[in-house]
Amino acid sequence: MPTIKTLALNESKEKRFLGGHALCQGCGIPIVVRTVLNSIETPVVVVNATGCLEVATTRFPNSAWSVPWLHVAFENAAAAASGVEAAFRALQKRGTLPQDEPVTIVAFGGDGGTYDIGLQALSGALERGHRFLYVCYDNQAYMNTGIQRSSATPFGANTTTSPAGEVSFGKAQQRKDLTAIVAAHHIHYVGQSSISHWHDLSEKVRRAVAVDGPSFLNVLSTCQLGWRHAPRDTVSIARMAVESRFWPLYEIVDGYYRLTHEPTGAVRVDEWLRTQGRFSHLFEEGNDHLLAEIRRQVDDDWFRLLRRCREDASFFGEGQNLSNGSGRARGVIALND
Amino acid sequence: MKTDTARLLTGAEAAAHAMRQVDPDVVPIYPITPQTPIVQTFSKLVADGRARSAIINVESEHSAMSVAIGSAASGARTMTATASQGLALMIENIYIAASMRLPIVLAIGNRALSGPINIHCDHSDAMLARDSGAVQIFVENAQEAYDFMIVASRLSDHRDVMLPVMVCQDGFTITHTAEPVQLLEDDEVPAFVGEYSIPYPLLDQSQVTTQGPFDMPDYYFEHKRAQADAMDGVVPATSEILDAFRRLTGRSYDILEAYRLEDAERVVVVLGSAAGTAKEVADELRDKGEKVGVLKLRLFRPFPDSELFGALLGARSVAVLDRAMSFGSFGPLYTEVCRALYGSGIRIQNYTYGLGGRDLYPEHVRTAFAELAEEPLGSKAAPSMRYLGVRE
Repeated sequence: MPTIKTLALNESKEKRFLGGHALCQGCGIPIVVRTVLNSIETPVVVVNATGCLEVATTRFPNSAWSVPWLHVAFENAAAAASGVEAAFRALQKRGTLPQDEPVTIVAFGGDGGTYDIGLQALSGALERGHRFLYVCYDNQAYMNTGIQRSSATPFGANTTTSPAGEVSFGKAQQRKDLTAIVAAHHIHYVGQSSISHWHDLSEKVRRAVAVDGPSFLNVLSTCQLGWRHAPRDTVSIARMAVESRFWPLYEIVDGYYRLTHEPTGAVRVDEWLRTQGRFSHLFEEGNDHLLAEIRRQVDDDWFRLLRRCREDASFFGEGQNLSNGSGRARGVIALND
Repeated sequence: MKTDTARLLTGAEAAAHAMRQVDPDVVPIYPITPQTPIVQTFSKLVADGRARSAIINVESEHSAMSVAIGSAASGARTMTATASQGLALMIENIYIAASMRLPIVLAIGNRALSGPINIHCDHSDAMLARDSGAVQIFVENAQEAYDFMIVASRLSDHRDVMLPVMVCQDGFTITHTAEPVQLLEDDEVPAFVGEYSIPYPLLDQSQVTTQGPFDMPDYYFEHKRAQADAMDGVVPATSEILDAFRRLTGRSYDILEAYRLEDAERVVVVLGSAAGTAKEVADELRDKGEKVGVLKLRLFRPFPDSELFGALLGARSVAVLDRAMSFGSFGPLYTEVCRALYGSGIRIQNYTYGLGGRDLYPEHVRTAFAELAEEPLGSKAAPSMRYLGVRE
């Protein structure tokens, strides 16, 4: 099991993502990137979709990356990563690259570059079976360009292209369940995690990169600018999203669901919504039905997930613990530390 | 030179055999929009163990070019093929590949762009990519399609170039027409093309690179300016490679083909398969004592200004035949020829022909030569577009 010391030690040996970048104060994205990269033992190659992370870390002539890094465009990080992986395999096969030096290919994309414009390229890459980890840092809107709604934006959220106004209450549609869409590609490992639970995220990264094939993590990452909260509250607001069951932490191993964190239930979803300016209009008089609709959506999703996890519990064996090696997962190599 | 006897191949098959012999590391392909026999012929050759390339069957041309960028940047020789809407879908990534100086070779079967949807030959697709920063070579027949795929493979990662190279052959007229093609021996091609190498492969962990970063106004202009220098390297590098190719094969190519231009007064300028028809007509008119000739361009990007100027210096009038339209302006080839001949006093007339697979007949070329003869030199009339073979 990784500890915070393991991650710190890994980072002290090789600082893969450096400071001095231009991501906002209180941005959740560096937490995603550092936790992911510090949890991987092999050398890495990073492929990045256009978005906050790319723009804020590679303004020429500076770079925050001390690992190989490639950006092509907005919608094609998964396809570009496929090309890197194909080249790696081809060059290994021909003896240009050594056989015994593994490399982990990690693609990062925001929700816009993953749920929306990059979905086709992601789907193609997953279906083809390239060995790479795709990490979506989901901050629930196009934050880099000024908080426009995406298909990851939750119902009722106020964004610049789904503004709340006299005759509008914000985004009128429920967010897309990308994690389930990815799972439908029959890949070995899919996980949903959050910046608030670094241990959960780190575990999932280790399982994901052990898979011989594509793996995917959907990681909730707050955006103080777009969600409208104080930068100091970044982690606590992400934690409330998890504890309120808005963003459950779970994994899907060979199609079988497992909850990786039992929410305390101590936080009601209304309380989580109240922490963010993007939902403030929902608490105005006459909008109770909107709050009720959000509660209904969260409950529906949660109980469906819970049923699924209970049905699949036997797949994971005693105590649902993957790390004890009793799981029957085909693609996942049991981790023994 | 050792060549086996000529084989009967379509242009598409000829390109696929060049790919087999070059044996690129990675070939991302999307077969449709519209379907091209280049990728399926190549896939069969790989399936039969005749090339070792990793074929990546992607879900769109956009992804084909994205995979190609990831692969070429990583240090792997990479090729793909497309046409028409597929090339249109790739365009964003062709610009990016050129700006990243990635040597990717693309076999193009030139076809019309929608709409209306039409799968037949014209040059609209290639002209959409003319400002992308990719090198564009047009070929006349299956033999040239084969030869220039090999030349392009050596040109693309030439240190003075480092750019995507498109080898454009006319859809159907060349891609689907079988002709005798002389192939090189299998071992001669890799030896001629050389090992793929780029200075900063992404996978090199000892020399870590950030590739495809973000430019603000303080650097973007300099980077685009530097890209112009890469284009300047293409003509000398191509000439050098064609020289080596001639020594290997005995087939002598230049970046343009000046056909019976020595004392020609009237000249037709064309790209691609139409050159065959134009040369046929020129021969016929020469037999009647008319001083006519044909100039076929092989390089369209970069545009070979000084070579074209030198070839046309003796001409009195020129007909430029365009197989694509630039709505609201004149044909893409015409505007280039006018620019290159500016101040020469040569009269230049633009004709559009062959859109959406309409055939170019000898009578069309005869019309162009005849009209050049009819019009007075030094006419101050405003330029006007003429169309060959269209129902008005």
